[in-house]
Amino acid sequence: MRRDLIRQFLYDMLLARLFEQAAAEQYLQGRIGGFLHLYPGEEAVAVGTLRAADPGDYVVSTYREHVHALVRGTPPEAVMAELFGKATGCSRGYGGSMHLFDAERRFLGGYAIVGETFPVAIGVAYWLRLNEEPDVVLCYFGDGAVNQGTFHESLNMAALWKLPVLFVCENNRYQIGTEIHRHSAVPEVWRRACAYGMEGRRVDGMDVLAVHEATREALRHVREGKGPFLLECETYRFRGHSMADSGAYRSALEVAELRARDPLEGLRRRALAEGWLGEGEVAELERRARKAVQAAVRFAEQSPPPTELHRDVYAQPLDVYAPEIPARRAAP
Amino acid sequence: MAEMALWEAVRRAHDEELANDPMVIVMGEDVGLAGGTYKATLGLYEKYGPERVIDTPISENSFTGLGIGASFLGVRPIIEIMSVNFAWLALDQIANTAAKVRYMSGGQLQAPVVIRSPGGVAHQLGAQHSARMEKVFMGIAGLRVVTPSNPRQAYGLLKSAVRCDDPVFINEHEYMYNLRGEVPDEEYFHPLEGSEVARPGRDVTLFGYNISVHWCLQAAERLAAEHGIDCEVVDLYALSPLDREGIARSVTRTHRAVIVEEAEAPCGVGAEVMAIIDEECFYELDAPPLRVSARNVPIPYNRTLERAAIPNADEVVAAVLHLLGK
Repeated sequence: MRRDLIRQFLYDMLLARLFEQAAAEQYLQGRIGGFLHLYPGEEAVAVGTLRAADPGDYVVSTYREHVHALVRGTPPEAVMAELFGKATGCSRGYGGSMHLFDAERRFLGGYAIVGETFPVAIGVAYWLRLNEEPDVVLCYFGDGAVNQGTFHESLNMAALWKLPVLFVCENNRYQIGTEIHRHSAVPEVWRRACAYGMEGRRVDGMDVLAVHEATREALRHVREGKGPFLLECETYRFRGHSMADSGAYRSALEVAELRARDPLEGLRRRALAEGWLGEGEVAELERRARKAVQAAVRFAEQSPPPTELHRDVYAQPLDVYAPEIPARRAAP
Repeated sequence: MAEMALWEAVRRAHDEELANDPMVIVMGEDVGLAGGTYKATLGLYEKYGPERVIDTPISENSFTGLGIGASFLGVRPIIEIMSVNFAWLALDQIANTAAKVRYMSGGQLQAPVVIRSPGGVAHQLGAQHSARMEKVFMGIAGLRVVTPSNPRQAYGLLKSAVRCDDPVFINEHEYMYNLRGEVPDEEYFHPLEGSEVARPGRDVTLFGYNISVHWCLQAAERLAAEHGIDCEVVDLYALSPLDREGIARSVTRTHRAVIVEEAEAPCGVGAEVMAIIDEECFYELDAPPLRVSARNVPIPYNRTLERAAIPNADEVVAAVLHLLGK
């Protein structure tokens, strides 16, 4: 059982790392546009939390959400195709890197306004509680989001009405380029839970096993109807905020120290040292993940683009704006 | 047909929709136990319970977003924002989430929420309680905007909005909740698109919406009685989408247009209707269209200055006389 779980964690993290590396390459080649926010360094958070959740649980995420979608089960092909802006993408090419959606897997999307996800998550949770559904909502956000009004507003309502939400803070220490000590009066995010009479705790977000265990306990609390829970995962992103950011505001020493705590390498080392997995098994997992990523890139390259500009603006097409200029009536 | 106040019509629509569909919920500040600032939800808390008629904290962006999130799963929330001035705080959730989610999810999610909010210049409420925000919402693709001018529309538009799969913003008016008018006894669903000819006429079309329809009607009566001018009054209860065909049809008949809006002129309904006239029926015009709009100032507290900041029937009369060269 434990070996299966370790194998799953390692595969997820390998897939996540390789997928993001491939995305960076494709971005540099001009095949992916816009802003691209990558996840290397933070894998233990998405993997540890989502592998502790049930398939019926809902997930609301941010603009750094490729890995959340992948761990949730969205095929790598559909995620990569979305980054490429193709019709076969998980949002049919209309969303992009920051707006992955997979309603079938209850992945309710990536949102690109910092703090936008809190109200959406408590709304889903309100309905779940009203209908006495067993499912809960996992709401992801970074340390930068906790100073938005919606954080305070939504955690207040979640606690007031005992809504089934697990708030997962991916504290990677930086809101874009500003370190947490420079943006938060109380840099221990989990401590804010007490302001709403909510349970909260902090966990080492570089240790997937610790994250997984902490999430299981937190989810038990939420599922038992004891109200929401704030789980702070201390993590680090190895790259800049997005592909447009070199991350030069961080010292080389700091980055090196945190890279030495790489959650993926940490798990790999430990799995081998403890004898949970053999060298051959680990190599096989990596081969499988690499193949999946290569297939995803190939699929994205070969997929057709979307062509209908006006679909899905409204439930039915509406003539909201001015017609094309040639449609203007000619002079009599 | 029963005559009732506009607030009673809105309340009736809430009641019927709550009774009709268990997925309908109502939320906002003081909508429950207190019965609603404008009595639009009076008695519904007792009838449907605190979980479906929800008193929220003063957190406009988050409770609007709560309704939007719930709507992803099929809930049909009617969200009351106590004053349109506070709706600025919820613009993030309305514009970034509700209006865009269908599109950016490739059609996987939808946000069938109704957001009701009274705006307009009432009785010395001052600069921060007198906003007219319809122009802001009209510019958001993915959102519908409607605005009732009478109890029948207020009732029927809310009923239709609840059953619509798009997010709908209903722009009500602080001054009009006690306005009385006839509402059909049977259930009535007002279309969310189109326009209504409130008074047919031949010489000039007065376009109004919400409170300005009443200024147009008053002006039309006086112009007919005192000057023999026959005005058509078109009620643009749907602001997004605007009724391009209806606008062009009326102007093609009268060849003259005056647009009357309680809001400031820049980027407003008047500007938009003029653009539509330009695009659809420019060569039907006998004179350049005019707009009668509010002055571009924050609304002052002083009653005299307050009234001077917004249009009235007198200004509509003057505009029509100017347009006709009289």
